[in-house]
Amino acid sequence: MTDTIKSLAALLAEGKTSSVELCRDYLARIERLNPALNAFVTVDAEKTLREAAAADARRAAGQAGVLTGVPIAHKDIFCAEGWLTTCGSKMLSNFVSPYDAHVIEQFKAAGMPCLGKTNMDEFAMGSSNETSYYGPVRNPWDTDRVPGGSSGGSAAAVAGRLAPAATGTDTGGSIRQPAALTGITGLKPTYGVVSRYGMIAFASSLDQGGPMATTAEDCALLLNVMAGFDPRDSTSLERGKEDYTRDLERPLAGLKIGLPREFFGAGLTGDTARAVEEAINQLKKLGAQTVEVGLPNSKLSVAAYYVLAPAEASSNLSRFDGVRYGYRTPEYKDLNEMYEKTRAEGFGSEVKRRIMIGAYVLSHGYYDAYYLQAQKLRRLIAQDFVEAFKQCDVILGPTAPTTAFKLGEKTADPVEMYLSDIYTIAVNLAGLPGMSLPCGFDAQGLPIGLQLIGDYFAEARMLNVAHQYQLASDWHTRAPTL
Amino acid sequence: MSLSLQDVQRIAHLARIRVDEAEAAGYQAQLNGIFGLIEEMQAVDTSGVAPMSHAQDLSQRLRADSVSEPDRRAAFQAVAPQVENGLYLVPKVIE
Repeated sequence: MTDTIKSLAALLAEGKTSSVELCRDYLARIERLNPALNAFVTVDAEKTLREAAAADARRAAGQAGVLTGVPIAHKDIFCAEGWLTTCGSKMLSNFVSPYDAHVIEQFKAAGMPCLGKTNMDEFAMGSSNETSYYGPVRNPWDTDRVPGGSSGGSAAAVAGRLAPAATGTDTGGSIRQPAALTGITGLKPTYGVVSRYGMIAFASSLDQGGPMATTAEDCALLLNVMAGFDPRDSTSLERGKEDYTRDLERPLAGLKIGLPREFFGAGLTGDTARAVEEAINQLKKLGAQTVEVGLPNSKLSVAAYYVLAPAEASSNLSRFDGVRYGYRTPEYKDLNEMYEKTRAEGFGSEVKRRIMIGAYVLSHGYYDAYYLQAQKLRRLIAQDFVEAFKQCDVILGPTAPTTAFKLGEKTADPVEMYLSDIYTIAVNLAGLPGMSLPCGFDAQGLPIGLQLIGDYFAEARMLNVAHQYQLASDWHTRAPTL
Repeated sequence: MSLSLQDVQRIAHLARIRVDEAEAAGYQAQLNGIFGLIEEMQAVDTSGVAPMSHAQDLSQRLRADSVSEPDRRAAFQAVAPQVENGLYLVPKVIE
């Protein structure tokens, strides 16, 4: 079954179902399938059904919005009042949030009940969802394989139809890469479009929340809810509300698609290369033209990212010290020992590695060689995109170099894991919007993702391209048998 | 560049993360692997390039100096490991 949030909203509007009924169906599916997938950290049926009943009452009172009553799952990085909010970490394994993130407030205001909090890589640091304190998430297409990360629980929940939609966050590819590996559609907005207030910080200059769903049209509807100015996030952009669905039906005739030669090189495996090529042909049939563009500095994006993101993380995660919230070590002699043991016991090894890299690159004598150099490369990487967008409307390429890999396959070598995000990281460094949508399957039946990159604030155009592609293809309707 | 075990311990202390000797060797190998990846950066001539700290060129917004939030101390302290009389308790720092 593929129920888009658009179709569910229509059923609700026609009175053919209720929010309580929908939520009961999804909760039953979660109860049946979550033990095998581990997509959710927290499910609270009573709370969900209370929110659903309130949505039904709102509809009965004639005050329903477009999506009122449609349920959604939230990545466990978003603080939600009264919900355990763990960020996938032992450090926050006892943290019941006393407040709502801006994104959560927006979905509550829209009347969308929360189906639960989804599993994720610890503090969003990972590309396979294997660093979670709550255990790995399994890919619904093959439970021996990873769903990607860090929004792996959200991706698996949507792919397995345990939720019609979910929220995610993307610092270096954490919405797009798991969307690709699980065959769903996910969008990372332009930096600053979605408020980071109440979204637990990893690398503040890169983190951005976004929607994950089965179609581009659903992502547009969800982005209409999520986006908006919020004075509590100092980097939230003061822009008017946009309707991200406004361009969905626009024909693609005359569209110029940029194909970066660096994304079609040696690293691309046969099936992924073939599927992306076929998608390009499909878009050409719809009237698009292609133009080769160059992103010569994008090859440095992984290196620059693994300086900048850990540097910001080492600062952001200094707040987890066992004083104001979260875990505190049971035994300590003095304040320093309390800090050191709390953090040694509360963080997993990937988080510790990144904090240590960050502490090192920011330390005396190394700042210029690492942090400053990485910031200069970030400028060069962003400028490549500015040049490329002089020649095209959207940029297209693969989302990930491979399809879903086996659990444990890349855990021994952090560097190999980091290269999973080779096509997505540059987009975060530049602050551009990007999305992934399904464009085929490999020989083993695993989904392949197509990445679209838009110019700043060109989400509506990117969604237009994705929607037109989805009208002409059916990859996004395929669901795993569970 | 290659980090020594001493470097690892120094970084761990800067980060306030206790790392015992057995763990330190593991971190040393992994961190050196990651720095191997990072070193690619050094080959690029970036003289004259302005560092980019942020995706948008923004100046910090200012707000009126007025009370905007309600008092939610009890709710926020309810999630703290140890509090007393509205204060967060930590081991004694000043004798």
